[in-house]
Amino acid sequence: MKVAVLQFPGTNCEFDAHYAFKKLGCDVEVVWHKNSKLPANTDLVIVPGGFSYGDYLRSGAIARFAAIMEDVKRFAKNGGKVLGICNGFQILLEAGLLPGAMKRNDTLHFISKHHHLKVIDNQNEFLRLLNVGDVVNIPVAHHDGNYFIDEEGLKELERNNQILLKYCTKDGELTNMNGSISNIAGICNKERNVFGLMPHPERAIEEILGSTDGINMLKGFLK
Amino acid sequence: MKAIVNVGLKKGVLDDQGKAINHALGTLGFKDLISDVRVGKQIIIELNSNDKEKAKEEVEKMCEKLLANTVIEDYSVEIVG
Repeated sequence: MKVAVLQFPGTNCEFDAHYAFKKLGCDVEVVWHKNSKLPANTDLVIVPGGFSYGDYLRSGAIARFAAIMEDVKRFAKNGGKVLGICNGFQILLEAGLLPGAMKRNDTLHFISKHHHLKVIDNQNEFLRLLNVGDVVNIPVAHHDGNYFIDEEGLKELERNNQILLKYCTKDGELTNMNGSISNIAGICNKERNVFGLMPHPERAIEEILGSTDGINMLKGFLK
Repeated sequence: MKAIVNVGLKKGVLDDQGKAINHALGTLGFKDLISDVRVGKQIIIELNSNDKEKAKEEVEKMCEKLLANTVIEDYSVEIVG
């Protein structure tokens, strides 16, 4: 399987994603933002975490205009799978590939810790190896993870089962750690081929990292 | 001529930074004076044009495209000079 990991100035999780998918046996290529085309035969695009363009103006606001994003949009429109992690999620929101927007965490703190997530929907390639109600332990590291969508938009997400992950305690009780509306940690688009989440599954793939719960999330994409 | 662009969270979108500042001002003794605080950002653009109307139109396009995220933010444009 061919995985393309995008790289913008200020991206800092591209090699974590590269390492994780390599470990799963994928052919992985890091793709510079100035390229106008994704590699041939790309099966999955990862928009990784970091601080593209220093988060200037708004997180993801400038990266969405990078040359490579045109091809990512075309790829997504044709049903190609795209996963945005953390800053990658913010970029996909700014690009309009996912609905809603990110605000500063309501605590106003940068939050960096392991956090539990509850699987809300698994009828998608990302979470198909998990069960609804499963609790996974995945690191979060963000300042702008306070997901916002208006009331109508939220209803639409719920109606289409687009809410995939919510923040919870280790016992699975939903909890709000950053102000996110309805405790949302991850969503997908209506067509179920574009995914975004604030936590970092690629950083939870080995015991030494404190959790291996990310493996079955990333593995879902494998053919 | 320049454009002064103000961008801030829409009414109805909770402004957590504004809330924190409101609280801080309150503890500094200004509590009775304040009912709400909203935080925004100001972007000042030096323009090469002399056509005010046209410039405003163009800057509004910039706001829609990049300067504001209209899902959560409002903007205003003032052309001065």
